[in-house]
Amino acid sequence: MSGLSFHDVSKRFGQATVVDRFTLNVAEGEFVALVGPSGCGKTTSLRMLAGLEEASAGRVMVGARDVTDLPARERNLAMVFQSYALYPHLTAAENIGFALSLQGLGKATIKDRVQRAADRLGIGHLLGRRPKELSGGQRQRVAVARCIVREPAAFLFDEPLSNLDAKLRGTARIEIARLQKSLGITTLYVTHDQVEAMTMADRVVLMEAGRIRQIGTPMDLYHHPVDLFAATFLGSPAMNLLPGEVRHADGEIRFLSAGLDLRLAGTVRCAPGQVTLGLRPEALERLPPGPNRIAISGIVEHVEHLGAETLVQFAVQGAPGTVMTARVPGGWAVRAREPVALSAAQTALHLFDATGAAVPLHFTGPAQASADRLVPA
Amino acid sequence: MTVALNTARVSPGRNAQMRAEALAGYAFATPALILIIVLLIAPIVVVFLLSLTDYQLGALDWSWVGLTNYSDMLGDRVFLRSLGNTFIYVAIVVPGSVILGLVVAILVQERTKSKAIYQTIFFLPVTTTLIAMSVVWHFLLNPALGPVTSLARALGFSDFDVFGDPDLVLVGLAVIGIWQLVGFNMILFLAGLTAIPRDLYDAADIDGADGAWDRFARVTWPMLGPTTLFVVVTTTITAFRVFDTVAVITRGNPQGRSDVLLYTLYKVGFQDFNMGPASAMTIAFLVFVLVVALAQAFIIDKRTHY
Repeated sequence: MSGLSFHDVSKRFGQATVVDRFTLNVAEGEFVALVGPSGCGKTTSLRMLAGLEEASAGRVMVGARDVTDLPARERNLAMVFQSYALYPHLTAAENIGFALSLQGLGKATIKDRVQRAADRLGIGHLLGRRPKELSGGQRQRVAVARCIVREPAAFLFDEPLSNLDAKLRGTARIEIARLQKSLGITTLYVTHDQVEAMTMADRVVLMEAGRIRQIGTPMDLYHHPVDLFAATFLGSPAMNLLPGEVRHADGEIRFLSAGLDLRLAGTVRCAPGQVTLGLRPEALERLPPGPNRIAISGIVEHVEHLGAETLVQFAVQGAPGTVMTARVPGGWAVRAREPVALSAAQTALHLFDATGAAVPLHFTGPAQASADRLVPA
Repeated sequence: MTVALNTARVSPGRNAQMRAEALAGYAFATPALILIIVLLIAPIVVVFLLSLTDYQLGALDWSWVGLTNYSDMLGDRVFLRSLGNTFIYVAIVVPGSVILGLVVAILVQERTKSKAIYQTIFFLPVTTTLIAMSVVWHFLLNPALGPVTSLARALGFSDFDVFGDPDLVLVGLAVIGIWQLVGFNMILFLAGLTAIPRDLYDAADIDGADGAWDRFARVTWPMLGPTTLFVVVTTTITAFRVFDTVAVITRGNPQGRSDVLLYTLYKVGFQDFNMGPASAMTIAFLVFVLVVALAQAFIIDKRTHY
């Protein structure tokens, strides 16, 4: 077992740069998720590490060993594919033991190790079956067993859950995360599903257009997105956005948007100009506006009752055409076409400048305190 | 009570509907069934009935002779010789064209830009008329005029006459058969190769099977199982039907060493006009084809479809 690292790794196909100077260190035993929209280069990065794709520039390392120029089989990595890539003509046991038999291990050793790996994943009784006689979830387990049986330096996962139904995906997520922790094996996990990235990984690497946008713990990315892309990619429903303008006047900072006038109390380092205000759906609560809270009201357009919680879409008053989503407790009685008055803590606000970069907000004490002052950026 | 009443009321209606659906089903199937009977089943039955007679083409009277044609056939040296020749021909053409087809398909598959060109070139023999091509081959291998023999002579080999040499004639015909079938088999193998998921090769790479031979033996070949089976069966049946080249080039010569089943059948039926024995041979031919097809359906199919 060992860590993994990418140093300035790029991949170019002709004129197109698919991965651009990708640098990442995965610590020993760490679970890192590569997440991003399709075509962002996450799978290509993984495949370059696996040795299935040649890097156009940069080095990839497994532990202290530079593996950039080694063939895939000498990198001592195991991989679970999106399609599982099980050999259809072999039984589950033969699939799991395939790499071991290529290594020339004895039959008894292979049988023993295959059995242990299969038992670990609860598929010990399915070893004699061919892939077509297995369900999707069982195939996925065979694919994982094929990895753990080799005791590799690290696991690589390429969208391993996207072919499962929603319910199975939920349990498989927990199982893989648990297995990874109990084996303590370094893992690089590619997914386009932000829920998988958030729930399973120690750290999340958010990619877009071949570049890393943000690296951090799931909560880091959720609470402190570095830009609009990170803010809207993570979280479901997505963060509410309200384009507007920041003005400084009378020692106050005001956020103005199509008739909406929000007083951003506290110390904000934000230059006047075009900005975007961001607000997570759960930040909108039915509380009276107070000193540290901003008020947002509107007319309810659509209500989704999910049981434990309710998603309320409403047209923001004063900002025609802007619809926000609030995530409120399920007990709330709310109906379409009714007015709704909500408020959000000012600490829950996100502000992004004209380039989309996050503007750090610092709030010091209550809004009406005399110390409140604008500090120009 | 209510439940019983309900069932009593529902079931006649449902029965009527089921009957109507069944009738509609038969109605839709009938035209196809009629075509199958008229075009496929009836001719076979007619041939079988003819094989039990002494009917001569053009004759006005005929009589039933029972299984005489069959017992004569089994004692007929010409028939047995042509059967043996046909088997030898099949035994050369099937492995030859299947293995070559696979090799060519793998080589062509790895081309990127020139793939279409190679595909077309190798497929050309399939699109030609074998009768016309037989004439060309006859000329090419002609001992007096053919360029192949001149070339061999120039290289210092002794003269040879492929179609005049009793030991070479079947091989010569088989080469033409292979030449004609390789392109078709290549297309089938290419389709099979394209259908193999790339992920399997990636998985094999990571598992340690990354040499060309390992990849072929552990992924390509097993995955091509169903295609190979299909190719072997169609090739066997096509090879079994060898006729054109024999009719044009050798006419069964020399010394009957190139007599094949269909050519003998043709001679008996349409040169000697003995439809009875010819029909018996046709039935024998059908039996062989049927055996091959059944072998595919019941024995090998189960082992190659994953």
